[in-house]
Amino acid sequence: MPFTRGERILMRGNEAVVQAAIDAGCRAFFGYPITPQNQIPEEFSRLLPEVGGVFLQAESELAAINMVYGAAAAGVRAMTASSSPGISLKQEGISYLAESELPCVIVNIMRGGSGLGNIAPSQSDYFQATRGGGHGDYRTLVLAAWSVQELYDLTRQAFDLADQYLTPVLVLGDALLGQMMEPMVVPTEVVDPATLPPKPWATTGAKGRPHNVVNSLYIDPAKLEEVNARIQERYHRAQREVRYAAEQLEEAEFAVVAYGTAARVASSAIQQARAEGIAVGLFRPITLYPFPHAAVAERAERVKALLVVELSLGQMVEDVRLAVEGRRSVQFLGRSGGVVMTPAEVLGRIRAVAGMKEQ
Amino acid sequence: MATQTRVLYERPQALLPVRMHYCPGCTHGIVHRLVAEALDEFDLVERAVGIAPVGCAVFAYDYFACDMIEAAHGRAPAVATGVKRVRPDLFVFTYQGDGDLASIGIAETIHAAARGENITVIFINNAVYGMTGGQMAPTTLPGMVTTTTPKGRDPKLAGHPIRVCELLSALEGPAYLSRVTVTDPKRVRAAKRAIRTAFQAQLKGLGFSLVEVLSTCPTRWGMSPGKALEWVESNMVPFYPIREFVVAEGLREA
Repeated sequence: MPFTRGERILMRGNEAVVQAAIDAGCRAFFGYPITPQNQIPEEFSRLLPEVGGVFLQAESELAAINMVYGAAAAGVRAMTASSSPGISLKQEGISYLAESELPCVIVNIMRGGSGLGNIAPSQSDYFQATRGGGHGDYRTLVLAAWSVQELYDLTRQAFDLADQYLTPVLVLGDALLGQMMEPMVVPTEVVDPATLPPKPWATTGAKGRPHNVVNSLYIDPAKLEEVNARIQERYHRAQREVRYAAEQLEEAEFAVVAYGTAARVASSAIQQARAEGIAVGLFRPITLYPFPHAAVAERAERVKALLVVELSLGQMVEDVRLAVEGRRSVQFLGRSGGVVMTPAEVLGRIRAVAGMKEQ
Repeated sequence: MATQTRVLYERPQALLPVRMHYCPGCTHGIVHRLVAEALDEFDLVERAVGIAPVGCAVFAYDYFACDMIEAAHGRAPAVATGVKRVRPDLFVFTYQGDGDLASIGIAETIHAAARGENITVIFINNAVYGMTGGQMAPTTLPGMVTTTTPKGRDPKLAGHPIRVCELLSALEGPAYLSRVTVTDPKRVRAAKRAIRTAFQAQLKGLGFSLVEVLSTCPTRWGMSPGKALEWVESNMVPFYPIREFVVAEGLREA
C-alpha cells in the first residue's frame, strides 16, 4: 500500500518486515507459504521486482533456506521468513549458514506449538532461537520486536548485524505482531545495495584472485575447532550489541521481565499496578541472543523479586534465572498453545509477587 | 633444428593441481576432467560457481579452480538456484551423486527442473552410496547386493530404482537431459559432448540441463576397475539406456 516516508502511517507488522528489508538493501527473498506470515512473501513478490530484486516461492522450507544460502554466498543481502513449524524445517540450512559464516536474515512470526500447533501468537520458539536451533556449536543473533515500528527497525538492523558478524540473524515476531496494524514511521533514508561494503569472500567468479570456497566441512577436527572458535569469538564481540528497554524500573521494588507481545500485556498490567501503588517496572530484552544477562543481574540487585511473563511454559525464565543466580526470587507466569494472557492475569501475579493477596 | 613441442594433453586450467581422494579406478576423476575441460573451452573459470554435494564428490570444492560452494545433502539445486537468481551472469553448475540427487534431494532436483532453472547438473549414478560404505541407493539395480540389501535389492521390500532422466522428461522445464557413461574412449568423447551441450543450454539461457553419467564404484562393488567398467555396460546400461532425452531447439553444436 502506498505511504509517505517520514510521516506517521498505519502499517501491518508483516508488511513492515518487507519494507524494512527492502530499505536495508535486501534484494532476494525465498520462502514458502505458512500462516501467519503469508503477507511477507506476498508483499515481497510485489515489491522486490520493482527494485530489481529476486522473489522466488520455493518448493519447501528446506529449499527456501538453501536458496538463501546460495544468494548469501553470492554476496547479496538475502532473507527468508516463516512461522514456527517452518522454522524447524529450516534448521538444517541455518546450521550450514552459521558454520559457513554467511550473513542472512530469518524472520519467525511465531505461532502456537508444538507440532502443527495452531496459528495463534506464541513465544514457544525461544529455546530454538537462542540455543542455535539446529545441530552443532553455533548460535544466531536474535532480535525480538514488540511493535510494528520495532519489527521495521529490528529487521533493518538485522541485515547490518548479519554482515558485521557474518551470521544468520533471527527476528522474532508472533501472530499478533505480524497481523496487527499500528502507527509507525518509515524513515526517509534507504540503503542502496550498490553502496554496501564489498564481500571479498563471496562466490562471484574467481577473476583475478584464487577461488573462493563457501563451506562448512572441516574433516580435520583441529581445523573445525579453530573455525568454531573463530565463530564463537564473533559471538563474544556481539555482546556489545545487547539491547533492552526499561520502563519505570528506577525506584522499582519489583521487576517484570518480558519481551515481544508478552511485554505489551505486562506493560498494561504495570500501569494498573502502579495506580494501585505497587512499585513495579518492566525490563524488556530486545536482543534475546546475546541475552542482557548483566543488565538483568544489575537490576535484580535493586529489586525484591522478579516476575517473568512469557507466551510459553517457561523458556526465557531460564536465562533470567541464570542472570539472577539465585540472589532473588524469580517467578513465572506463562500461557501456552497460542493463548495470550490478559493484563488482569499479569496484574494478579504482580500483586502476589508484591506480597498482596490476589483478588 | 630446434625440437618443436606440441602439447597434446595437459591438466585443464579449471582443475587445481592437487591430489584427489578418489579410489583407484573410480570414474569421478574422468568426469571431473570432462567438466573442467568444458569450463576451459567456454572460458568459464572466472565466472563459474560450482556446487559440491554430500557424497564421494564432497571435496570437489578443493579440485575445481572456479568459486565453489559446499551444499547440504541433496540441496545443491536449491543453492544453485539462489546463486543463479541473484547473479544470472554467473555460470552455475552442481555436481551430485545418486543418493544426493535422487534420494534426499529429489524434491530440489524435480523443482529446479520444473522451474527450468538455468543451471547445469552433473549427475553421477553409480547405483550405490560410496562414501558411507556401500548402502542401497535410489538407483541400485534390482537384485544388486549392497550393505543394506545383503540378499540383493528386492523391489517388493526396497522399492524400484529411479530413472532420473526419464522422470524429469515429463517436465516442461528441462532444456537438455542426457544419459552417458565413460566406460571406453568413445563413450568418454560422447560424455564430453553431452556436458558441452548442457553448458550451452545454460549459456544460451534455455533452462535446466542435466547430464547423468553412469559411473563405477570398484570399491563398493567389490570389483577391479576393469570389471567395474564391464559391469556398467552389462548391467547398468540395459536398465539405464544411454541416450538424449530432451534437447531444446537450437542446442545442436555447430
